[in-house]
Amino acid sequence: MIRPAIGDQRAGEVMPLSSGRPRHAWRAWLLTETPGSRAQARLGQAYVAWLGFRRNPLAMAGLTILVVLVLVAVLAPVLTHQSPVSQELGRRLQPPSAAYWFGTDELGRDIYTRILYGSRITLLIVGLVVVSVAPVGLLIGTVAGYMGGAVDVVLMRMTDVFLAFPRLILALAFVSALGPGIENAVIAIACTAWPPYARVARAETLTIRNSDFIAAVRLQGAGPLRIVLGHVVPLCTSSLIVRVGYDMAGIILTAAGLGFLGLGAQPPSPEWGAMISSGRKFLLDQWWVATIPGAAILVVSLGFNLLGDGIRDVLDPKQG
Amino acid sequence: MEAAPRSEPAPLLRVEDLWVRFPGRMGVVEAVRGVGFTVGREKLGIVGESGSGKTVTGRAILRLVLPPGLVTARRLVFDGQDLLALNEAAMRGIRGRRISMVMQDPKFSLNPVMTVGSQVAEAYRMHADASLEEARRRTLEMLAAVKIRDPERVYRLYPHEVSGGMGQRVMIAMMLIPGPDLLIADEPTSALDVTVQMQVLAILDDLVTQQGMGLVFVSHDLNLVASFCDRILVMYAGRIVETCRASELQQARHPYTRGLLQSLPRVDRPVAELPVLQRDPAWQDAVMTFP
Repeated sequence: MIRPAIGDQRAGEVMPLSSGRPRHAWRAWLLTETPGSRAQARLGQAYVAWLGFRRNPLAMAGLTILVVLVLVAVLAPVLTHQSPVSQELGRRLQPPSAAYWFGTDELGRDIYTRILYGSRITLLIVGLVVVSVAPVGLLIGTVAGYMGGAVDVVLMRMTDVFLAFPRLILALAFVSALGPGIENAVIAIACTAWPPYARVARAETLTIRNSDFIAAVRLQGAGPLRIVLGHVVPLCTSSLIVRVGYDMAGIILTAAGLGFLGLGAQPPSPEWGAMISSGRKFLLDQWWVATIPGAAILVVSLGFNLLGDGIRDVLDPKQG
Repeated sequence: MEAAPRSEPAPLLRVEDLWVRFPGRMGVVEAVRGVGFTVGREKLGIVGESGSGKTVTGRAILRLVLPPGLVTARRLVFDGQDLLALNEAAMRGIRGRRISMVMQDPKFSLNPVMTVGSQVAEAYRMHADASLEEARRRTLEMLAAVKIRDPERVYRLYPHEVSGGMGQRVMIAMMLIPGPDLLIADEPTSALDVTVQMQVLAILDDLVTQQGMGLVFVSHDLNLVASFCDRILVMYAGRIVETCRASELQQARHPYTRGLLQSLPRVDRPVAELPVLQRDPAWQDAVMTFP
């Protein structure tokens, strides 16, 4: 078998992947039509999904932003030697310069440093909210969808009550009841973020509950708990992951909103929303104090949105 | 109403005057209308055309008719227990453990995101207090018992990776593993080729004759039922129109049964044109009694 030298002369069935370019061995291994093992087939599937994801430039931009965000959060002490909280009133409200890349704020703190450390708070809030919200919404939605009847009515009307309020307003109400602080902000955002998850999980459950395999486990004597946790929940997770990807930007904005209103992270901590709030007073003369954290919020929430879109295109079971 | 066969002193299941109704927008659909029969430790065949109420009868015995379906019966007694009077928790103890049902379509009866083996093992662990290792061992044994070659490999497969016939045998394994006293098999062999069909029937036959399991075998294959079962019920439009011993099927008297028999092609007596079953509306309502 002589490999053709010119790219568009295909070698046919023998080398289905060969074009003119040389291929890496691992790539051929991943893309083979006849995988030798289950693990190989699964890795190949993941690789194909990744190829689809990579073809979407916006999703890649989102992914890049997120990777940078995570790196910044992890490497903050390496990227700057300043402290995000130590004040130095002699250098307050300096414009951006070579020494202070993003300028300094009204207490002489380096805004660049504060942005870096603020990314940790943002990631912390998003992570905690997602981890606490997804299981709650999943459980409420699947139980409501599976049990039907009165249970469904009660749970879904409760969900409707939560959905009836604008998210930030409801979160404000919760925080003002619980008291300001990052932990309480997380709890408040979690309380307002679960209803859409419950809705998605319920809709999925309604289509699953009447399928034959659920009837089959029922006629083996399985109880509702076993059916919901063991057979319904695993089938709902992929739609839920897609939904989580969508929601992250909203969570960031709500967290920043709470910070801005003084109900989220408290003053010394470099939370982006709180930074905008304190920089607001100098907006006309020292624009950078409020604008830089605002731009950070914009870029990060845009990144989450783009990534969410990309994940949906790759993962959404409804699109085949 | 059919009388219990004289040879059966204490039937496993006694059904009298069973009705299943589905209230719909256009009125009530009566899927099963006053059916009565008994099952002992024997092979009972139920035959009938599509929509004659065979499957719904099976589901009604397990109280698994989906709402808004309504099940009523004068008596529905299994092993001394009135199934209609049991609460849901007690009923779950009956399902699978005492009465099991093999459903028609294996492709839709297995959870697509769980491996075949874990589903069979779950069926076992649901009723037996067994360790994971023990359940796995029993599952492999059961898969081998339903003539699945290389059970170790099949154990790890997902439902979309097994063939239709394999799926049906997995279903049978799943329903047999808790060791039920009564198995309702809803066309359990329709997706299997003839040789495997015979093997599966042999497994079921063994269970009935050796372990004294009762079997309700729902099918539309008259010849198969006649050769495999002990007794046959013929259903039409939600009623049992005829009951007979399998060996006496050829002497059946009801015009519907006769019509069914005549519309079967026969190797030894080829005809140019098979007769088409002529339905008589009177069959639907008349309760047929034979002296």
